Amino acid sequence: MTLYALTFALLGVGLYGLLAKRNMLKKVVGLVIVEYAVNLLLVAIGYRTGRGAPILLPGDDPALFAAGSVDPLPQALVLTSIVIGLGATMLLLAMVLRLHQRYGTLDVDRMDRLRG
Amino acid sequence: MTGMGSYLPLFVVLPLAAGFLCLLLKGVAPRAAPWLSVVSMLGLLALAGSAVGGGGTEVAFAGGWGPRAFGDGAFVAGIALVLDGLSRLFLLLVALVGTAAAIYALRYLAPEPGRPLYHLLFNLLVAGMNGALLAGDLFNLYVFVEVASLASYGLVAYRPGGTEVEAAFKYLVLGTVASTGILLGIATLYAATGMLNMADLAAAIAAGAVPRPALAFAAGLFVLGFATKTAAMPFHAWLPDAHPSAPAPISAMLSGLLIKTLGIYALVRVFFLVVGVDERMRLLLTLLGCLSMWGGVLLAQAQDDLKRILAFHSVSQMGYVLVALGIDSWLGVAAALFHAVNHGLFKSALFLSAGSLERLSGTRRLSEMGGIFQRAPATAVGLVGSCLSIAGVPPFNGFWSKLLILIALVSAGQYLVALLAAGAALMTLVTFVKVQRKAVFGPLPARLAAARELPATMYLPVLALVVLCLLSGLLWPVGVDGVVGAAASAVRAPGEGGSAVEQYVEAVHGSRTP
Repeated sequence: MTLYALTFALLGVGLYGLLAKRNMLKKVVGLVIVEYAVNLLLVAIGYRTGRGAPILLPGDDPALFAAGSVDPLPQALVLTSIVIGLGATMLLLAMVLRLHQRYGTLDVDRMDRLRG
Repeated sequence: MTGMGSYLPLFVVLPLAAGFLCLLLKGVAPRAAPWLSVVSMLGLLALAGSAVGGGGTEVAFAGGWGPRAFGDGAFVAGIALVLDGLSRLFLLLVALVGTAAAIYALRYLAPEPGRPLYHLLFNLLVAGMNGALLAGDLFNLYVFVEVASLASYGLVAYRPGGTEVEAAFKYLVLGTVASTGILLGIATLYAATGMLNMADLAAAIAAGAVPRPALAFAAGLFVLGFATKTAAMPFHAWLPDAHPSAPAPISAMLSGLLIKTLGIYALVRVFFLVVGVDERMRLLLTLLGCLSMWGGVLLAQAQDDLKRILAFHSVSQMGYVLVALGIDSWLGVAAALFHAVNHGLFKSALFLSAGSLERLSGTRRLSEMGGIFQRAPATAVGLVGSCLSIAGVPPFNGFWSKLLILIALVSAGQYLVALLAAGAALMTLVTFVKVQRKAVFGPLPARLAAARELPATMYLPVLALVVLCLLSGLLWPVGVDGVVGAAASAVRAPGEGGSAVEQYVEAVHGSRTP
């Protein structure tokens, strides 16, 4: 339960960085923290106290395996989610680079204001 | 009710293959890329056409991982692709609009060196949307939503000149927060049930396996995520910047398809089929819908930039769809889906026309346009036809779907909402009569005296979409009602007896892999 509460606290930290900071790099870091909070939560959901890594060797009994290892599915999900997050972060950083080259600043308030 | 769906992966494989082939041929034959997009879209059109011809629910399990017996029941552990009436309708829409956008891009994009990359992203966008439409489990819905979203972020910033990169930055941050919210919602449901397959989850939630607070938490996150992807007010802030920033064919893809496949379709799929829709959810949909309907139309009044006017009207038109989804009747759902499809057809025609007008007159400002009808009649006819469709002038499709929404609202006794919808429709009519008068009629500005008609690959796709707008309204009694009706029946049973959820679960579990 403490673990779950901590991941939500981390989520809050990330959202704070995303919303309150005016520096674009800090916004990106905030977004990455939000993503990783959710990834941590997913891994925590699959964790079972005292059980081993989910590796099924040839000849193992599936029932024994299921009773003795942590839930492997969230780990597979997190792997996918990390890759997606990596793509988004790379794209975001490329945009930050472009904007910095153009305006010479990372402060969102000192760029052209979008009207929407 | 069930059939073999072994061809279903092709909907994702074909655009993926075409996209990466564009990248491989970048150095050898860069001119092949636009044609590869056209060929892949035509292939998808044929596939979607044959899929619409079929009936029932078709299922494909990746690697043959079908339903397995665990404990006292059978569950799906693998990746399932499911084609039902709802997916069919939207797959057809993606293929139609995508083909028009691919043909339009042949001449619209100048032969610049980055063009193969544009076509890679275009095909990834299509692959992501088709995957999201076929996904049979929540996690793959999330993955495909992200594939399509990431491609769209890149495409919005494809030609940085003005504020495109800022728009894409804002769009990416808001879009990623929305997706992370969706993932958190999925994690909550997985923690409560240990399942991801939509059919299994639907059965478990219907049986009360998820505690109410957890279900409400997940539902709230899904509303937040999918309403942001739909750009429903107050989650719309990114759309009026992002959609006009993209090149014209991409604006058409984003406004015509993306907000529907990742927004409306996903919302309908997750809520009507998996989480369940109660009175509070319907009220929420109605509120979001009314806010978007009026907010979008009012904000559009202040704009002079043609593409921004169109973008604000996308927010407004999605409002109609949300309002109709909030009606507790089969007719409401059918009207919502019909309007979503109609909006896909006429809004993509409008954005393509806006691109043509920009090309012809060198501006997006409505106050500087005029008289184009004398110089480029085919382009002008395309714009006028699509304006009449969104304005809801009979016999165009916008009229019929708005009428259906009004009938559904009145027969559900929601007179106030019906009045609001009729008022917003009137405002839309006034705006677009003004748009077409300013853009294509009136005196020709002196600097446009040398303007000439654009190549046929730029006006024919628009005219084809306008013809589809006419046909989808006029052919309602002879075919269109069947396709839209099957889509609505896939998520809500027409009568009182029987449940769409039960049918879906039976179809997924009853299917056997070869």
